[in-house]
Amino acid sequence: MERLDNKLGTLTSLPMVLLLAVSFLAPLVVVAVFSIMPPKVFSIMNVPDFSAYADFFQQGYYKSLLWSVAMAFISTVILFLICWPLAFGMAKVFGKFTLVLTIAVAMTLIVSENIRLFGWVLTLMKGGLIDGYLRTWWGLRLEGVLYNGPIIVFGLIYVYFPFMLFPLAQGIAMIPEDARQAAEDLGASPFRILWEIDLPLASPGIVVGSLLSFVLAAGALAESKLLGGQAIIVFTDEVETAFTYGQNWPLGSALAMILILIIGILAFFSISKIDLDSMMGRRR
Amino acid sequence: MPTTPILYLKDVVKRFDDFTALDNINLEIFEGEFLTIVGPSGSGKTTLIRLMVGMDEPTEGTIWLRNERIDQTPANKRPTCMVFQSLALFPHRSVGQNIEFPLKIKGVSPKVRSKRALELLELLHLPKSFYNKRISQCSGGEQQRIALARALAFDPEIIFFDEPLSALDYRLRKTLEKELVDLHERTGKTFVYITHSLEEAMVMSDRIAIMNSGKFEQIDVAEVIYSKPVSRFVASFMGEVNMFDFKCDSKGDIKIDGVEIRSSVLTKDKQKKYSKKAKGTLMVRPEFVRFNKAKETNDFQIRGYLRAEYELGSRIQYEVDTLDDSRVIIEKLREDRFKGKLGATVVIGWDIKHTHFIPND
Repeated sequence: MERLDNKLGTLTSLPMVLLLAVSFLAPLVVVAVFSIMPPKVFSIMNVPDFSAYADFFQQGYYKSLLWSVAMAFISTVILFLICWPLAFGMAKVFGKFTLVLTIAVAMTLIVSENIRLFGWVLTLMKGGLIDGYLRTWWGLRLEGVLYNGPIIVFGLIYVYFPFMLFPLAQGIAMIPEDARQAAEDLGASPFRILWEIDLPLASPGIVVGSLLSFVLAAGALAESKLLGGQAIIVFTDEVETAFTYGQNWPLGSALAMILILIIGILAFFSISKIDLDSMMGRRR
Repeated sequence: MPTTPILYLKDVVKRFDDFTALDNINLEIFEGEFLTIVGPSGSGKTTLIRLMVGMDEPTEGTIWLRNERIDQTPANKRPTCMVFQSLALFPHRSVGQNIEFPLKIKGVSPKVRSKRALELLELLHLPKSFYNKRISQCSGGEQQRIALARALAFDPEIIFFDEPLSALDYRLRKTLEKELVDLHERTGKTFVYITHSLEEAMVMSDRIAIMNSGKFEQIDVAEVIYSKPVSRFVASFMGEVNMFDFKCDSKGDIKIDGVEIRSSVLTKDKQKKYSKKAKGTLMVRPEFVRFNKAKETNDFQIRGYLRAEYELGSRIQYEVDTLDDSRVIIEKLREDRFKGKLGATVVIGWDIKHTHFIPND
């Protein structure tokens, strides 16, 4: 009986699985094929070559990839450091206040990312909100805050905050309280408890949160355009330029493939290390 | 009995808002003893153990370990440790790493650590191959032993146990109870065990402390607590018991409604030191009540009829309803089975030497 149920289940899910597979994979396949076409063609019926990948190294595109990855990495680390105490509070200390905090943070997701970033631009720009008040009241100026690397990292941290906070809180909630107490009872200092108990037991949450923040930040575009004023050209910017201004689809595809590959490997590697089931609430 | 207390609680009070969980607790725990604190749920025993371990601080009073005051010392600075009810093993660590944890915290080298862990596995009758096992691969009884090994690795002055056996099935619990007694003898450590199970307490402990609503009712060896309880609570908590209210008349003689008392009893009673008009409770355990044959008499006698008979395994329990509607419980060994029919009129009785008087406060 159970086996029949299983078969029927698989069969009934088949149409949806196929639809999802086609709609997710087809664009990827198209991009992958385009990436091995000769430069500046608009058809996949050409003799394959790898000139677009060669361009990645020869034309210096790897520099913007390094910028993207570096900024994503820095923002992920900073996000983790900011979110850990807050997530710990939400999972273990705050009680009912956690709900308020959750709603407050989740609310920011309702407003579009671009609009929120424009808000920061208006706040921080020369003659903007802060600068204006400072000048009127004390005659001070606030200049040079926008259009540099650090403000892009700030933007990344600001935008991807919920993507680190919530998985982390979920991960911390999974730490059994008695394990922490037992560790303390056996002589562990608060730091040792953090190191020996909290961090390993919250690792699924840490991995998911870090992965989400890193992947999203590495593929982010708006922060560097709006806050950074393109002081730093990020990798996604190069991809966009190749497709639009450059009219070089194979180059754009190759660059996109490189990013997908790096992030894909990272994701598979991290996910394989943790037990996602336990985080989704299924018992081992 | 050893004489110097290793742990000493003086006038300890613990209040949560308006609720007084512990009300003026005084307790001396002696070096090397096995003390069990028994009480119904809500009696404050878990609160008490949390204070002794250092997970909470008393509202009033002091706690002393040898000659050092420790009530404000956090748990990680105290040389005591606890085996949790949930065991609180670290799921992300192997069996070996769990046992070695306290040694790792103390900065012991990995080589010495693993040697000690293997010794402890052996001490607790676990095969060496368990060293690399995952916690989730171990059964309930094995996890129990691992938790104990981890506590022993810490080499504490006192090991506290917070009902660690309560989740196990009956047979395994019985086995582990005896192993715990054996381990206590071999290690010579001071064990303080809390439980709501009287049986567990009787099997294992040197002394038993009975707790009720935040206070100790009685602290003594099992024998005394069983046969000479100081209160009705202790008497009824320590298994089945028959209790009768008694009054003394103007001559100081005991009277109990519905019970015939042989007059010679009063001269036999050595503890007859009740003042006139005293009141109290007379207690007799079910195994000392007899079904009387014709012409047989006892110091105390009641007429009634046999209401019910229950199988208890090694014993059989009878309920006898008396003419004035009180109920007496009787237990007989299987070989002494009473052959009366249900509903039959019976005369039951017991002797003064098997009774215990609990005066009213």
